[in-house]
Amino acid sequence: MTLALEQTLNGLQFGVMLFLLAAGLTLVFGIMGVINLAHGSMYMIGAYVAATSAEHGAPFAVAVLAGAAAAAVAGAVVEAVVVRRLYGRNHLDQVLATFGLILIANDGVSIVWGRTPLEMKIPDALAGAVPIFDISYPVYRLLLIACGVALAVALAFFVARTRLGALIRAGATHRELVGALGVNIVQLNTIVFALGALLAGVAGALLAPILSVQIGMGEQVLIMTFVAIVIGGLGSIRGAFVGALAIGLVDTLGRAYIPVLLRAVTTPDLADTLGGGLSAIAIYVLMAVVLIWKPRGLFPVSSR
Amino acid sequence: MYLATLLVLVAIPILAAIFGQPFWVNAATRIVIYGIVAMSLDLIVGYGAMVSFGHAAFFALGGYVAGILLTNGIDSAFVTWPAAMLAAALLAAGVGALSLRTSGVYFIMITLAFGQMVYYASVGLKMFGGTDGLPVPARSTLPLIDLRDATVFYIVCTVVLVAFFVIASRLVESRFGMVVRGAAESERRMTALGFPVARYRLVAFVIAGAVAGLAGALWADFSRFVSPDMASWTRSGEFLVMVILGGIGSLAGGLYGAAVLTGFESLFSGFTEHWMLVLGIVLILIVLFAKRGIYGVLAGRRHD
Amino acid sequence: MLQFRAVCAAFIALLLLGTSASAADPVKIGFITTLSTSGGYLGEDARDGFLLAMAEEGGSSLGGVPVKLLVEDDGLMPAKGKEIADKMVLQDKATLFTGIIYSNVDLAVVPGLLAGGATYVSLNAAPSQLAGKGCNKNYFVVSWMNDNLHEATGQYAQTLGFKKMVLLAPNYPAGKDAINGFKRFYHGTIADEIYTSLDQTDFSAELARVRADQPDAVFEFLPGGLGINFLKQFSQAGLKSKMKLVLSAASLESRIVSATGDDTIGVYGTAHWVQDLPYPANKKFVAGFIAKYHRDPTPYAAMGYDTAHEIASGLRAVGGDLTKADAFRAALKKANFASVRGNFRFGSDQEPIEDWYSTQVVKRGGKNEIVTIGKVARDLGNAYTSLCPL
Repeated sequence: MTLALEQTLNGLQFGVMLFLLAAGLTLVFGIMGVINLAHGSMYMIGAYVAATSAEHGAPFAVAVLAGAAAAAVAGAVVEAVVVRRLYGRNHLDQVLATFGLILIANDGVSIVWGRTPLEMKIPDALAGAVPIFDISYPVYRLLLIACGVALAVALAFFVARTRLGALIRAGATHRELVGALGVNIVQLNTIVFALGALLAGVAGALLAPILSVQIGMGEQVLIMTFVAIVIGGLGSIRGAFVGALAIGLVDTLGRAYIPVLLRAVTTPDLADTLGGGLSAIAIYVLMAVVLIWKPRGLFPVSSR
Repeated sequence: MYLATLLVLVAIPILAAIFGQPFWVNAATRIVIYGIVAMSLDLIVGYGAMVSFGHAAFFALGGYVAGILLTNGIDSAFVTWPAAMLAAALLAAGVGALSLRTSGVYFIMITLAFGQMVYYASVGLKMFGGTDGLPVPARSTLPLIDLRDATVFYIVCTVVLVAFFVIASRLVESRFGMVVRGAAESERRMTALGFPVARYRLVAFVIAGAVAGLAGALWADFSRFVSPDMASWTRSGEFLVMVILGGIGSLAGGLYGAAVLTGFESLFSGFTEHWMLVLGIVLILIVLFAKRGIYGVLAGRRHD
Repeated sequence: MLQFRAVCAAFIALLLLGTSASAADPVKIGFITTLSTSGGYLGEDARDGFLLAMAEEGGSSLGGVPVKLLVEDDGLMPAKGKEIADKMVLQDKATLFTGIIYSNVDLAVVPGLLAGGATYVSLNAAPSQLAGKGCNKNYFVVSWMNDNLHEATGQYAQTLGFKKMVLLAPNYPAGKDAINGFKRFYHGTIADEIYTSLDQTDFSAELARVRADQPDAVFEFLPGGLGINFLKQFSQAGLKSKMKLVLSAASLESRIVSATGDDTIGVYGTAHWVQDLPYPANKKFVAGFIAKYHRDPTPYAAMGYDTAHEIASGLRAVGGDLTKADAFRAALKKANFASVRGNFRFGSDQEPIEDWYSTQVVKRGGKNEIVTIGKVARDLGNAYTSLCPL
C-alpha cells in the first residue's frame, strides 16, 4: 500500500498548509466578524516576495521570513485603510469591498512583477527524497508537514497561554467586554489581522517552490480555506486545523483514488475528468453534510 | 428614473443604427440579460436577506438546458425557455430546501457549495462539452418574430426584463412579499404571527432561481455558447457585486449594477490593461461612501 | 429632470466611450490570445514575435500595408474569447484574425469567425476538429497541426527504444490530440494514460501513479506554467533518476527550461523550431528578439514571427485590399515567406508540411539550453489531409 502512504502524506501536507491559511481567516472572521475575500492575496504576496528574495540571493529561511513579513505588513495596511471601516457592516458589503481588494492585489502584482509566473528553487539541502517504508518521499514536503504542525502547536500555545492570546480569545466571544476593559480594540484588531496575513504569507512562501507563483493563486486556494473554516466552526482555531486536514485528505485521496475506481467502468479520459469533478465536489459534499448535522460547524465558538 | 431608464433602453438600438455601431446592441443585450439575473438575485438578497453565493448555478443550468435542446433540434422558444425555467426551479427547490435550514454566513457557504457542485458537474459531463463548452447551433424561435435579428432579440430581452421588474415590484409589495421581508427583519415575529416562513422563503428562492434560469436560456440564444464558467463561484460573486453596486433592495439596481460591471470592463479594457485595478478601487469607494449603490446615487439623498 | 438627463448621459457615455473611432485605412488584425493565467507568457511571446516582424517594417505595417493589431486577452476562457471575437467583428469590423494559443478557446472562436467569412491564420492552436473534414478555405495554420507536434515525439520515443511509457496530458482538445498523435507513431507498451486539468498546480497524485506504473520513460504535454510545476515536482519526487522524459516542444521550451533549472538537464524533446537552427531567417529572428526583449524566444514567439510574415505576404499581394478575397487566399496559400524553420509549406488542406528535429537539454557555458541533435521527420504532413475537400 505504498501508493496509499504517499497519498496520505500528500494529503497531510496539503491540509497542514491549508491550516495556515484557515487559521488567519477564522480568526479574522471569528473576532472581527469580517468576511475577508482578500486573504488569498496575502498568501500570494508572501509567495511573490519570497520568490523574489530568493532570486536575489537570499538564503531560503530569510526569503520565507521576508515573504511572511511582507504579507503581515500588507495585512496591517489593508486593515487600517479598508477593513477597519467594514466592522459592523453587513457581510455583503464586506464581500464587495474585499473582492475589490482582490482585483487591486492581482493587478498590482502584475504591474510590479509582470504576468509570467515566478520560480523559487528548493535549497539543495532539502531537495532530495528520503525512504519511508517502501517509498521515497520528497524531503521538502516532509518539511512542510513539520513546519505546519509546529506552527499549529505554536499558535495553540500562543492563544492558550499568552496574554495577547487570551485577549484574542476574549475578543472572539465578548467583544464589547474586552473594549470595556480598556484594551485598545483598534490595535488588537490590526494585530489579529496582521497575524492572519502573516500565517497566510508563510504558507505562500513555503509553497512557492513547489507550486507556481502566479497571479490569482490566492483565489484557487481561498475557496477551500472557506470550506475548511466552515466545517471547523468559524472562529475556532482547533476547528480550522481539523477542517483543513479533513479537506486536505479528502481532496488528495479523492483525486488519487476516484479516477482509479472509475477506470474500472469507463474510458481513461472520462474517468479522469469525472473523477476530477467528483473529487472536487467531495469537499463540498463533506461541508454540506457537516452543516446539516452540525449547523455551526464541528467546534462552534459560542459568540457574542 | 424608471422612465428615463426605459427610454435609454429603447433608444439604444435607434442610436446604434444612426451611428452605425451594431456592437452597442450586442453590448446592451448582454447587460439586459445579466440585469435579469441580478434582479432575480436582488429579490432574495435585498428583500429576503438570503445571500446566495450560488445563484450562477441556476443561470448556468437554464443555459445548458436550452443549449442541449437547441443542439438536438428543438428550437421553439415555447419549449426551450420554459424548460430552462422549470429545470432551474427544480434545482432551486432542492438547493433551497436544504440550504434554508441554515442562515447567515452558513447559508452563504452552503449555497456556494451547491453552486460549485453544479460547476463541477458541467465540467465533468464531457458529453455536454466539459470545460470546452457547448456551442449552440441556433437561436430559439418565436412565431412571427425573427429572433436572429440582433435588434429584435434585444427588444425581446428588454421586454422580459421589464416584465419581470413589474412582476417583482408587485410581488414585494404583496402579502407574500411582506412576509418574506418581515422574516428578513425578524423571523421570530413572523413565525409568531402564524406565517409558515420557511415555505414562503423557499418559494421566493425558487422564483429567483427560475428567472435566473430563463436568463440563462436567453444567454444561450444570445452568445450561442454555454460553458461551465457560467456556474463558477466567481460568476456568482459577480452577480452579487452587480446587486450591491446597483443598490440592494432596489430591483432596478440590478440592471444598473450589471451595466456598470459589464460596461466597465469593455470600456476600460480598451484603454488600459489594468482596468481591474481601477474597478477594484471603484468598488471599495462605493462600499465605503455610496452605501446605497448606484440606485442610491441616482435616487438622491432623500431617504437617508 | 436632472436625474433623467444624468441617467441618459451616463448610459450614452458608457457606450460611446467603449467604441473606438473607426479609421478606414489600416487593416485591422484581431489578435485574440492568452495573456494571463499560467499560460499567459505563451500569448505574450506570440504577440512579441508578431510585433518583432512588424517592427522590421517600421512598427505599424505588414507587407507594406498599414495594419492595426488589436490585442486582447481571452484569459484561457472559451466564452471570453468568443465575446472578444464578436466585438472585434461587430465593432472593429475586423476580418482577419490570429493569435489563439489554446485549442479550447480556438474551437469556441474560430468556427464562428469562419462562418462569418473572416480569415483565420493560426500561430499555435490547430485542433483535429478543424483538420480533415473540418478544414475551411479561409483557415490557414502556420505553426503545426496539433497531432504533428506529438507524432514527432512518439517517433523519437520509438527510436530511443523505450519499451514502456506513461502518457500525461490535460483534458482538453489539444491534450487528446497529443495522446492520439503520440500513439500513432509510438508502438511500445503504454502503461497508463493520465489526464490532468488545465488549471492544476499540484501533481502529487499523478506522480504517485507514475511511480507505481514504473515506466522506462514519461511523455507529457503540459504547456506553460503547468509544465513548469510538473517538471519541478517530478524531480523532487525522485523520479528523474528512475525514468526518462521525452517531451514535445510545447512542454520543453526556453522559459520552461530556465524556470526548472537543473531539473530538466538530459531531457529529450522534439520540435519543429529550435533556437540554434542555422537558417538565415532564424538567425535574424533570434538576434532581433533577444535585442528587443532581452530574453530567449520560445516556439510561440517564433510562430508569431512566421505568422506575421505569412500574413504580410498575403497583404502585399493584394495591396491591403481584403475585398480581393480570392487573390488574398491564393497568396496566403503560397506561403511566400522565409520561415525561421527553413523548410515550410502548406499541404492541400492548408496545414503545415515541415521537418521535425530531435533535441536535448544540455548545460552549455553554465546555461541550460535546448540543442538540436538530429532530424526525426522530414516533410511531415498530418493524418487527416485526405479527408479535406480543399
